[in-house]
Amino acid sequence: MIYEPVIGLEVHIQLLTQSKIFCSCSAKFGASPNSQVCPVCLGMPGVLPVLNKKVIEFALRLALATNCQINHRSIIERKNYFYPDLPKGYQISQYELPFCEHGFVDIYVEGLGAKKIGLTRIHLEEDAGKSMHSESYVARDESLVDVNRCGVPLLEIVSDPDFRSPREVSAYLTKLRQLVRYLGICDGNMEEGSLRCDANISLRPVGQQQLGVKTELKNMNSISAVEKALEYEIRRQTAILHDGGKIKQQTLLWNSNKSVVEPMRSKEFAHDYRYFPEPDLLPVIITAARLEQAKSAMPELPQAKRTRFIEQYKLPEYDAQVLTEDLEIADFFEQAAAGVQDKKSASNWVMGEVMRALNEQGCSIKNLRITPQHLADILVMLEQHKINLKIGKAVFEECLQTGENPAEIVAKKGLHQISDSSAIETLIDKILDNNPAELSSYLEGKEKLFGFFIGQIMKETQGKANPKTVNELLKQKLRQRQETTININ
Amino acid sequence: MNISSLDYSSLRSLLIAKEISCQEVTRFYLDKIEQNRQLNAFISVFADKALERAREIDYKLAQGTAGSLAGLVLGIKDLLVMQNARTTCGSKILENFIPPFQATVLNKLQAEDAIFIGKTNLDEFGMGSSNENSYYKPVKNPHDTTRVPGGSSGGSAAAVAGSLCTAALGTDTGGSIRQPASFCGVVGLKPTYGRVSRFGMVAYASSLDQIGPLAKSVADAALLLRFMAGFDELDSTSASVPVADYSVMNGSVKGLRVGIPKEYFISGLEPDVNSAIENTIQLLKDSGAEICEVSLPHTEYAIATYYIIATAEASANLARFDGVRYGYRDEHASNLEEMYINSRTNGFGEEVKRRIMLGTYVLSSGYYDAYYRKAQKVRTLIKKDFEEAFKTVHCILTPTSPTTAFRLNEKVADPLTMYLSDVFTVSLNLAGLPGISLPCGKDKQGLPIGVQLIGKAFDEQMILRFAGFIEKNNPILNNRQVSV
Repeated sequence: MIYEPVIGLEVHIQLLTQSKIFCSCSAKFGASPNSQVCPVCLGMPGVLPVLNKKVIEFALRLALATNCQINHRSIIERKNYFYPDLPKGYQISQYELPFCEHGFVDIYVEGLGAKKIGLTRIHLEEDAGKSMHSESYVARDESLVDVNRCGVPLLEIVSDPDFRSPREVSAYLTKLRQLVRYLGICDGNMEEGSLRCDANISLRPVGQQQLGVKTELKNMNSISAVEKALEYEIRRQTAILHDGGKIKQQTLLWNSNKSVVEPMRSKEFAHDYRYFPEPDLLPVIITAARLEQAKSAMPELPQAKRTRFIEQYKLPEYDAQVLTEDLEIADFFEQAAAGVQDKKSASNWVMGEVMRALNEQGCSIKNLRITPQHLADILVMLEQHKINLKIGKAVFEECLQTGENPAEIVAKKGLHQISDSSAIETLIDKILDNNPAELSSYLEGKEKLFGFFIGQIMKETQGKANPKTVNELLKQKLRQRQETTININ
Repeated sequence: MNISSLDYSSLRSLLIAKEISCQEVTRFYLDKIEQNRQLNAFISVFADKALERAREIDYKLAQGTAGSLAGLVLGIKDLLVMQNARTTCGSKILENFIPPFQATVLNKLQAEDAIFIGKTNLDEFGMGSSNENSYYKPVKNPHDTTRVPGGSSGGSAAAVAGSLCTAALGTDTGGSIRQPASFCGVVGLKPTYGRVSRFGMVAYASSLDQIGPLAKSVADAALLLRFMAGFDELDSTSASVPVADYSVMNGSVKGLRVGIPKEYFISGLEPDVNSAIENTIQLLKDSGAEICEVSLPHTEYAIATYYIIATAEASANLARFDGVRYGYRDEHASNLEEMYINSRTNGFGEEVKRRIMLGTYVLSSGYYDAYYRKAQKVRTLIKKDFEEAFKTVHCILTPTSPTTAFRLNEKVADPLTMYLSDVFTVSLNLAGLPGISLPCGKDKQGLPIGVQLIGKAFDEQMILRFAGFIEKNNPILNNRQVSV
């Protein structure tokens, strides 16, 4: 029998707000343990949560970008369970009436084409803290709790069970990550946990409507880990079904070291969460005016940016596609191209030199030492023939290493292009005179030696001579020598 | 000078006239507290701090810069968080909890130069109607120390009745200000839900809780409310409704309509309570108020509804007391689950555990619709009952409690009977309405009887007006204070 996988995802994104969702503590990642806490996020007796308005603004952006129906009134609820990293003993979340529902995301999978993935709902909630068991500073018989993450705002994005392959899942996650970055609401970093994905997966015979028994996969820290875990789970479930076995509904953790899934201890998920409306917070009301305001404040989305790049910069579709894949690269390009005549050349440099540097350094574009302004300076110097292409690339390299201003690099190293004809003519004469053997071979018809002379001139000028001028003058000089030789003969 | 007989309004003129100082007043109350330790009214007393504040405020009075509550010596229910002062909530689980922050109301009252003399005893986490559910011993009623002061703000009510302070703060989730005020013969006001910020009140049932004053006079309660009330950005459920100067009370009730809900005159009502209420109704009638019968048909479901909603919210509110970050922790547990179970089993008292279990049960999957959801629906009906009644009347008058103060241990073994002592008070919390209890007579044993006045949402002014009138014109209220 042939089985088809049915997969649905729950994605949590941490929002890039300055402060936490219910207090004014910083929501920044990476601070030393328990340095970003206050009575509210520590869950001290007597405190009350106050909803961060920015969270609603961010949720509206995502809701609009994913074509969701935004509920005029949504309810904040308490999800009750005990765990040391959950100070209040409940997580403030949403349940019966979420922020928005019934959206979709378009994905494209190579070889499979376009597909719509339905979104069941998106709701607001707070993150929990972190329990520390194995860190170096934790003694063997103790566990410590870091509360910094408590109250960091999250949006949970629940998809419909629309995926039929791990590749669709990874296309969706890539798309979602691009989207949240474009919206400026999440940095999409799966390694740091600012974008987290849990997957529900079941198998059923192809053609059957009824769903099989599902398992839930957790603990996948990258898109490729999600893909691998799903592939593993499909193989595991297929083997069981082929042997006539039954799938056990359970939560499984992906072990990336061993590349296997392992069951979670049953105690950790056997919860009755006893949701009920959070009496400390009022329902979230989105008025028509608020919605209109959010619509008009929407940032440009990838598709629109692609179209604009083609129209505004007259770029080929391919370039527009590559440049807009990542918002930071698109922004880098736009800033660099701003003062440059030749937009296509700016595009080439970003797609070529800049992306190569990113790959080599394995860092984000913000961490490159070269800035869009630096690249623009190089491009302008090229356009104005102040340097030639070869020097341009060398300056780019230098700038990449040092972050120094390109004009200063050129000035300091004397890299200005030599376009002065008399200087170049003198140099050509000198080269021709110093290489009589090559000259006579050339004059006898070995025209390949033209390149040799060019090389000598460039070497002599350290590459600074204007190649076009050199080319023209060398041809001229050689013609003159030819004529002189003929005359002598 | 016998400060015992004075409310703040009278005390203030003496302070302004420099006939007495804040230090003298504070010392007087500190002595009274010392003499009445057997009442167990206070869990903590801040003698040095209070005297130091009194000195500062005497200086301010001399300079003419003192606030509107200068020299008002206040007892604070120990369910309100006070910075750097132990806040126990009447529980073992918070025996040594010292908060690093302070309730909004305390900040507001401090800014007006009220003096905080100590933290008053209470039923653990506000759960109780007799103050016998305190880890710090039961409070006794100053009128008869073999009787309960009511609860859960029993310490505050007893402290005011026994003149251990000028006034006190209480909290009211189902009657916890009004019922002890009634039992102890003082004035107790529960404001409209949202009128006073709950920030810094340790939550029992968040959708029902309100902080309010207990005082020797209606004028004092009005004055305190004025400075407690107002929107607070730290409490999303606090309301931005303008706060009136409640101390300005029009004396007459002529032409105003008073509703008497027929459902409140039940068989369990003690005859003495009934006749005191009848007398009060007659007083209003004689003064030109119009008395109308109204109906609150869902009254009989109020107790059940209350105990579902309050316990459901409490089960979540009290989950934070898990021994992980602060408060009592069982140190002998061998794993996490055991630590949770032992810390909570040993840290909480019986009634608190009973309510946590009840609340957990009504929210459990499979029972939610039958209990919690249904209770919310009934709550809406109860609210509508009041809205309907207030279409025709300015205020509603009822007994505060069906009985006067009962004896210590009388009802401990029977929680259900205990719950029924809140039968006249819980509906207001469910409906979010303001209510005031003030003395309206005494029973044959000389125990105080309270009358409750219920107002429309945010119309505290109306019930204060009626209360002020009754207080002034009731002939049996000539000797309010108790000698202890």
